[in-house]
Amino acid sequence: MSAPADPLVVADDAAVSDHPGQKAPSAVVVRGRRSLVLRRFRRRRGAMVALGVLVLMFVGAFLGPVIYQAITGWTYSTQDYTAFLQPPSPDHWFGTTQIGQDVFAQTMRGLQKSLIIGLLVALISTGLAAVVGACAGYFGGWVDRALMWGVDLLLVIPSFLVVAIISPAFQSAGWLVLVFLIAIFAWMITARIVRGMTLSLKEREFVLAARYSGVSSAGIIFRHLIPNMSSLLIIDATIAVATAIIAETGLSYFGFGVQPPDVSLGNLIASGTRSAFTFPWLFLFAGGLLVATTLAVSVIGDALRDALDPASSRAGGTK
Amino acid sequence: MSDVGDDVSQVPLLSVRDLGVVFPGGEDGDVPAVRGVAYDLAPGEVLGIVGESGSGKSVSSLAVMGLLPRNARVTGSVRLRGVELLGRPDGELARIRGNDIAMVFQDPLSALTPVYTVGDQIAETIRIHQRLAAGPATQRAVELLDSVGIPNAAQRAKAFPHEFSGGMRQRVMIAMAIANDPDVLIADEPTTALDVTIQAQVLELLETARQLTNAATVMITHDLGVVAGIADRVLVMYAGKAVEQGPVGPVYAAPRMPYTIGLLGSVPRLDRPGQTLTPISGSPPNVSRLEPGCPFASRCPVVLPVCREVEPELTPTAVGSAACHRADEIVDGSIDGVPVFPPPVLAQARGLVARTERPAVLEVREVTKRFDITRGAVMRRKVGSVSAVDGVSFDIREGEALGLVGESGSGKTTTIMEVLSLQAPAEGSIVVHGKDVAGLGRRERKELRRDIQVVFQDPLSSLDPRLPVGDIIDEPLRSFDVPRAERAARVGELLRLVGLAPEHANRYPADFSGGQRQRIGIARALALEPKLLVLDEPVSALDVSIQAGVLNLLEDLKVRLGLAYLFVAHDLSVVRHIADRVAVMYLGRLVEVGDADDIFERPTHPYTQALLSAVPIPDPVAERQRERILVRGDLPDPANLPSGCRFRSRCPLFVELEPGQQQRCAEEDPALVEHVPGLASACHFARERTVVPG
Ligand code: SF4
Ligand code: SF4
Repeated sequence: MSAPADPLVVADDAAVSDHPGQKAPSAVVVRGRRSLVLRRFRRRRGAMVALGVLVLMFVGAFLGPVIYQAITGWTYSTQDYTAFLQPPSPDHWFGTTQIGQDVFAQTMRGLQKSLIIGLLVALISTGLAAVVGACAGYFGGWVDRALMWGVDLLLVIPSFLVVAIISPAFQSAGWLVLVFLIAIFAWMITARIVRGMTLSLKEREFVLAARYSGVSSAGIIFRHLIPNMSSLLIIDATIAVATAIIAETGLSYFGFGVQPPDVSLGNLIASGTRSAFTFPWLFLFAGGLLVATTLAVSVIGDALRDALDPASSRAGGTK
Repeated sequence: MSDVGDDVSQVPLLSVRDLGVVFPGGEDGDVPAVRGVAYDLAPGEVLGIVGESGSGKSVSSLAVMGLLPRNARVTGSVRLRGVELLGRPDGELARIRGNDIAMVFQDPLSALTPVYTVGDQIAETIRIHQRLAAGPATQRAVELLDSVGIPNAAQRAKAFPHEFSGGMRQRVMIAMAIANDPDVLIADEPTTALDVTIQAQVLELLETARQLTNAATVMITHDLGVVAGIADRVLVMYAGKAVEQGPVGPVYAAPRMPYTIGLLGSVPRLDRPGQTLTPISGSPPNVSRLEPGCPFASRCPVVLPVCREVEPELTPTAVGSAACHRADEIVDGSIDGVPVFPPPVLAQARGLVARTERPAVLEVREVTKRFDITRGAVMRRKVGSVSAVDGVSFDIREGEALGLVGESGSGKTTTIMEVLSLQAPAEGSIVVHGKDVAGLGRRERKELRRDIQVVFQDPLSSLDPRLPVGDIIDEPLRSFDVPRAERAARVGELLRLVGLAPEHANRYPADFSGGQRQRIGIARALALEPKLLVLDEPVSALDVSIQAGVLNLLEDLKVRLGLAYLFVAHDLSVVRHIADRVAVMYLGRLVEVGDADDIFERPTHPYTQALLSAVPIPDPVAERQRERILVRGDLPDPANLPSGCRFRSRCPLFVELEPGQQQRCAEEDPALVEHVPGLASACHFARERTVVPG
């Protein structure tokens, strides 16, 4: 390296920038974290494919039934009394059930519900865990004690019992309440882990540095603490998607949430497993879509994790 | 000499040839940690091995000891009195270790077994190697502990390692090492973790141990000053290779290898306040991915095309040997009269208004911070309190750097944390820019943050690893609602100000070296254009060659931006380099305050004098002529301080005083008063003394 013109440009390592100072300063765009993460995310082809799959499923779930009805005339609630337990055919793309319901229409209807339930629950429960855990860990003192008391309380209360008791009150409120109910019992363990990680993170000097630069507590929690736990949180959310879809089936036994004639992927799978080998179409399509959903979410989560983590070389450089 | 048939008297005591160590399977393939080290040692001789972290200096000695993990491939030869040690079975080596070669580690706590008393551990080593009965061995252990300066040796022998302070533990380690009268003593960074006054004690002890046993000593360190003080010969290591070797005096006076020149030019020196440091650009290479040619080529200012093709061998020079193609051309650190490392041009201080006429940016008055001591696990009750900071007062004027120095436990960190919190202290007052922090509302307090910013010690933990550098630097601006476009422009400006490029804004902290990260930390601190920067040990986590660049930057910024610094450091050479005024802390109190020149040239407090005389100077001639003022023992328990003067238990002056005078020290707590013009010191018998050679 030749001696730089400015005596101060004694950068310790010229290797970091390929050509330091060669670009005109105005040409340098200072990108924030958001755009850098986005770029790194976009460079992952697998993630883009998975994102495409997820979008396709949404489109299929919401537009599919409409188009299908226009072509074949079936909806999820109608029955074809001429076709019981028929395998897939041009008339019934995914076949029919014991009582002549159209499996395609039902699966798409179920997918609508399950996609929303899965993603919303994951978002709410992980978000709650992150915020509560980080607040408890960061503020300490009575905030910590109060929040952790709440967490422990929710942990020891048997969730199904609570649901059974309060379900009559919410019977008519519809399945969106279900989302909140599933979420409310799914975040506590993660919140405890987050709190523990916060306790060690907040000792790091960058938290102190942020505080001394006038950053508010909320700023520190959302800008520094939570992003530094993103790997854990993303994994947690990914798992929560599948768990929530399955859990919804369990809750439906209480006569709660998604009720016949309405369907969800969960109860399609539950009723289809019994005849998975004899009448595979009853099970295969719903099951396949559940697997596809979880797979897509986990691939996206994985890529997001790498994009957020600068130490990950798989996401490539920042240029 | 490799002939075993040679006359024994001509065979060197320890002879290392072509030593190489490869650790297989690192992240980037095999790691050749050592790539050729050779030296001979005669009885009683001291060899200093210096190098930065990762240079292979420790690994080479562990290889000599046979202490490397099994998977390491060691090549070459290590002969003790002509007998080859490499390739011997572990059992035999274990006998040689401890009997003929002993080692002192940097961290004695991990080298001592926690569940046995130190007396037992030393007795054990003696019994294994000398076939003594239990009784005499224990007796000998106590004698040894006594000889290394452990007070109450008979009693302390029954204590466990964790019950000793760091310095005392290192003494125990040395007692254990000399227990069997070894022929060779290897000390691996024995004083790095210790405070400077304790370092002086331990170095003195090592010297005594060497004289007692006449052992040849290998001293591994990164501190050029330590080597200058005790070594006869020096070996400089870089990227796993010995790059320069020779007698200490001539090598320090006229180094031939550019790396050595750079290293010597980049350490701040106690005895050269005005010198401009010459940083070495870049950082050491990754040894698993070495390019052909000289490993220093990427950082060498006088590199030739041939350097990038042929790796220079260690060839004899007038006094020693150096591995450089241009070694013959280099005279006095210059080639044809042009310095190998030209000193950088820094902004020069303009004629400043007299200190008293400049406004104060920070005034700290009688600040005290106490911590409660509590007992009991179930029922916590307060049994007393210790004051970490006790009535500390100082002020910092515009454009001035105050160095706050003291050893660990002195309360300097607590002091700056009190200042930075901008909260009213429990006792005393803190005034920033004319505003007393006690009367501030939430908004005013935030507004005041603009004026006072901080740079932390550890550049690794002070930057959020998940944020791109641009976001890190722009954070203070964002929290003060600076518009977006302005922020982006300012980030580029700040990066250039600290010697980085604007395009670095889009990278993450992990992409940068330690020195660069510290620059990013400085850029963040400067974002709000503060008047005062609090620098908490800003260079102590950096390697010497990197330190210089950051120090130069700080010096330059101070002049260019008219900044005031509150500079906290334990390294007095660094403080000497940067501070205009100095405040010395001991056990929560200021013991001496004054202009830097006064404090360093004619300190009046015995503690300051001892502190300064303990700092090694990287100049063998000056270093050996200095008179050492050693403080005794360790820091007393803050909950149980001596009566009268707090320094009494360790004061070197106290023991020389008349009984009547001693009584005054024991009864009357000395106040911080001016004994000589411009120097306030807290000692009844303060008197000037020169401890740093001019
Ligand atoms: S061999 Fe060349 S690159 Fe290496 S130190 Fe000498 S002059 Fe510099
Ligand atoms: S007052 Fe006495 S004990 Fe204290 S520093 Fe002075 S001489 Fe030493």
